Parts: sequence; structure tokens; C-alpha cells
Amino acid sequence: MTLGNWFALLVALVVAAEVVRALRHRALRQERWRRFFRLRTTSWGLGILTFLVLVALAAPLLAPFDPNRQLDIVHLTNRPPSWTFLLGTDPLSRDVWSRLVYGTRVSLGIGALGALVAVALGTLVGALAGYYRRWIDAVLMRGVDVGLALPRIFVLLMAVALWDGLPFAALVVAIGLTSWFGTSRLVRAEVLSLRQRDFVVAARALGAGSSRVIVRHVLPNAAAPIIVSAALGVGNVLLLEAALSFLGIGVPPPDASWGNMIADGMPSIYTAPWSTFFPGLAISLVVMSLNGAADGVRDALDPREAP
Amino acid sequence: MTGGVWLLRRLVASVAIVFAVITFIFILIHLAPGKPCSENLDPRVCTLLTRQFGLDQPIAVQYWRYLVELAHGNLGMSFSLRRPVWDALVETVPFTLQLAGAALVFDFLLGLGLGIYQAARVNRLPDLVLGNATLFIYSLPTFWLAPILLLVFGEKLGWFPVGGASDPIFCPQVDSLYCVADRLWHLVLPATTLGVVGAAGTARFQRAAMLEVASQDYVRTARAKGVPERQIVLRHQLRNALLSFITRFGLAFPFLLTGAVLVETIFAWPGMGRLAFDAILTRDYPVVTASALIASTVVVAGNLLADILLGFADPRLRVHAAADADVVTA
Repeated sequence: MTLGNWFALLVALVVAAEVVRALRHRALRQERWRRFFRLRTTSWGLGILTFLVLVALAAPLLAPFDPNRQLDIVHLTNRPPSWTFLLGTDPLSRDVWSRLVYGTRVSLGIGALGALVAVALGTLVGALAGYYRRWIDAVLMRGVDVGLALPRIFVLLMAVALWDGLPFAALVVAIGLTSWFGTSRLVRAEVLSLRQRDFVVAARALGAGSSRVIVRHVLPNAAAPIIVSAALGVGNVLLLEAALSFLGIGVPPPDASWGNMIADGMPSIYTAPWSTFFPGLAISLVVMSLNGAADGVRDALDPREAP
Repeated sequence: MTGGVWLLRRLVASVAIVFAVITFIFILIHLAPGKPCSENLDPRVCTLLTRQFGLDQPIAVQYWRYLVELAHGNLGMSFSLRRPVWDALVETVPFTLQLAGAALVFDFLLGLGLGIYQAARVNRLPDLVLGNATLFIYSLPTFWLAPILLLVFGEKLGWFPVGGASDPIFCPQVDSLYCVADRLWHLVLPATTLGVVGAAGTARFQRAAMLEVASQDYVRTARAKGVPERQIVLRHQLRNALLSFITRFGLAFPFLLTGAVLVETIFAWPGMGRLAFDAILTRDYPVVTASALIASTVVVAGNLLADILLGFADPRLRVHAAADADVVTA
């Protein structure tokens, strides 16, 4: 770690803390958003997420070494954490900290993209089924029943293992395509109750078309379950990607993702646990932050649970 | 609609879902490029094997044959194990059941207990500490927790074995009390890995369910007429909060299945998850399809069981059960 890296790390931490403080300060003026920050875990979660997004953006400034370079395969394998190698080196003599920093880009990127695909699909299907009812509802929901019964991990393993060298983007889409079933049920249930409400009936009576009613009137009021399942979805997708990479068929080497870093460190876990420990900790932190933030959103947007 | 008709309809729907899942898996497998021969195999042998297993036929013919065999209770021959798929499953499924069963018991006992305890002390110190702890544990990846537990309790402390399901020398078969104890001893770390993450989720869920019930009128009424706090929690809150817990019980199976694949691989536990994983890597189609069949059956059966239990537990649902079944499970 050079002095510049330390400085960049410090700046990222301070900026993240300040962003959350400022958001919180502004939120305290509004009733709804005050509830968002009611739980301390929400602030912490938001802070950690902001910090990690900054890390992903500023990866070259924070990483002292090239993440994929094998520094010295003879002398520098499995070095314990030190001032030079902040989190030690892995069995291939690569710097764990640098890989962790660059892996943030891959893991967060996959999480966000996969969740985007899943939530978009889930919202679309849920809204169509809940709004139009009749046969559209029946067909779509029977499809969702099947999707929920699919052993998702098998399907993904098969998709990746059977099509050798599946491109990175396809993996993300595949994860997204198998993750939307739960969301669609939540959205459908919400839309079912919303479509009977006076303001929706009024909009229809005024002559608004179906798509306009759905997009402008129904969906904005179904925001709570959609946002919550998006936050939880990012965590789930990230975990799935990590699990696949851990099994050796996710993000291909030498690129670092937190999942394949755990896999890379596994053979020498007894002698050099740091190369497995820190990426796993990073995954846990992100998923925890997302769960905490989701709790906050649920509190803020769900009018039924106003304590 | 009476209960019998409702049950029949749900059963038919469940079978249809499983059928759709197998069809999907079958198509997915056969769309994939590549053949199930290893690369250093003589191409002529490969052609012979392909013909022998009927893989040179059109996909529709293969699918039809598979269904006919399935209807006769025949799951086919495994390519890589050179034995009937049924035998391989009979050998491995009990291990997965033991692992998932132990994890489930761990999950529910600990999770329910913590959730009820937290709700009874809501927003006080124990609740806050446990709330943060469960939030963290719930977020741990099982495939990371497993190696850490192995490292600490298996390697460093030496309390538990580092892999396998039983002692290969003294207990090749579980035929004595000592061997049952040996199995349980091997079960501790894998079941804890799966159970503790699940328990944290259950605790979070149960706490929320208890608190939702706590704001209901009948709880306030009970408190107003002087029912002891303990009885309010156990008889009024818990009874009603358990209803949503039943739904969660039905949803626990997919989590256990996914976890089993990873945990079995790490702990060298000879269960179905590992069998399926190896089968996918070696393109052992019949084993993959059969595993998917079992996995989806378990998931569907779990949902069905939860709905049936819910019907018994909640009198309000009995008449309208069929109409609202989807909404309830959502």
C-alpha cells in the first residue's frame, strides 16, 4: 500500500460518511423519510454501500498492484497481511486487497444488473397479471408456479456448465431470468388491490388507456414491494454469482470476483485463511447492508406499518 | 368448494408443475451443445454409446421414451456411474434428508425461540443485539461460513471431523449405536452451517410476525382484561404468528436444496446435491433430470403441505382456501 492508496481510502470513507450524514439531515425534515432512517442499520447499510460504490469507481486509485499480476510465484505466495500487502497474498502470489478492490466492480456490477433484469421482468409480469386478470393472469401465474418450483441452482449450473465459455453478460442475464418469480407474485398481489381503488377507477373513467393507468397510477403506488425486492434482489444475485464462481463456473479467471476469490483461496485455507476470509466478509457486508437498507425502505414506504 | 375437491385440484396442479419442470430441464439439456463423452474417448466408442442410449434420436422421440419409462417408474441408466439412476438416488437421498432434516430442526427451534424472545423485548437491549446479530448471520454466504467453521472447529480445535458422513473404518454402515453417534458427530458442522443461516432468517421473520400481531385489537383486549403477559405472548400472539410461519416453512425447502449442493460439496457429504453437481459436470443427463425431478417435487410438496397445514390451523381460510391460495403463499 502506497501513501496515495491510503489517502484515497480515507477520502472514500469520509465521502461515504458525509453523504449519508447529509442525506439523513435532509430526510429528518420529511415525515416519510424520517422513518427511513429510523433504524441505525439503515444508515450503516447505506454508508457501506456508498463506500463500496466509491471503491468500485476509484479502483485504480485504491489498488497498489495489478489485480491479476502474479507478483512472485516463488517467494510471495500466501503472504500474511502486512503493510505492503494489506490483506496478504493468495496462492498465486496476487495481492488480495487489489483483487478485492477490483472484484467490487465485478460483484456489485453483476448484482445490480442481474437484479435490474429480475425486477423489471417481475414487475412487468406481476403488473400484467394483476391488472388484466382473466386468462393472462392464469397463464402467467401458472408459469410463475413452475418457475418457483425450478431448482434454480441446477438450472444455472446446467446453463453455465453445458454451454462452455458462456459470456459474462449471458451469465448475468441467466441469473436475472431465474430470479424474478417471487417479485412478480408480490407485485401482482399489490396491483390486485390497487386496481379496485377509487383513483384507478377514476383514471379509467376519465379515459386513460390501460398502459397509462398501469404506468402512471398503479405502479408508483406499488413502489414499496418493488424497491424492497430490488434491494434484496441485488444481494441474492450477488450471492448466486458468488456461489457459481465458488463452484468454479462463474466469472472466468483471471478476473477477480469475490466468489472466485473464495474458491482460489480454498486449497490453502488452513495455512493462508486470509485469501478466503476477506472476500467472504465483503460479500456478507454488502448483503447485510442491502438487507438493512431494505428494512428501512419497508418502514418508510409501507403505510400499514406506521408505528 | 369442499376440502376434498380443493385438495384434489391442488394435487393435480402440483403434478402438472413437476411435469413442466422436467420438460423444461429436458429441453435445456438437449439444447446444449456437446456430447456426454469425455474428450479422450475413441470417437467410434462414443458413437456406439450415443446410439445405445438413444441419444441419436430426435429430441421428441427421446422425450417420449423418457416419459414412457418414467411412467413405469424407470429413471434410466446413469452414463458415468454405469448403474441405474434409481440405485444412485436410493444411496444418496437419505444423506441429503438427514442433513436437511437436522438443519431444519436447528433452523426452526433456534429461529422461533429467538424471534419470540426478541418480540417480547422489542426495542430493548437484547432485541437490538440479537437484531444486529441475526441481520449479520442471515447475510453470510453458506459456502463461506462452511470453510470457516471447518477451519476453526475441524482443523484448529479438532472437535469435529473435516468431511465425510461417517468413519470409513469403524462405521462403513450405520448398524450400531456407536455408528449413529458417529453419524451425528459428522452431521454437526454441515447442519450447523445450513441451520444457523436459516435460523437467523426465521428469527427475523418470526419477530416481524409477532410484532404485527401485537398491534391487533384482540391482543389489546386481552391485555386490558388483565391476562398475564406470558399468556398473551404464548396464546394470543404466538398462535396467530405461527400461521405466517407455516407459509415460511413451505418456502424453506428451496433454500435447503440450494444450500445442500454447496454444503455437501464442501463437507464431502455424499448426498444428492453433490451427485447432481457431478452429474451436471459430466453431462450425465438421466441423473440430472432425476435430481431435478426430486428437487421440484420436494419444493411443490412443501408448498402443498404448508397450505394444508394452514387450512387446519386457521379456520378463517377453510372455505376460501382455494380462491386465495396464491395470495396467501405470496
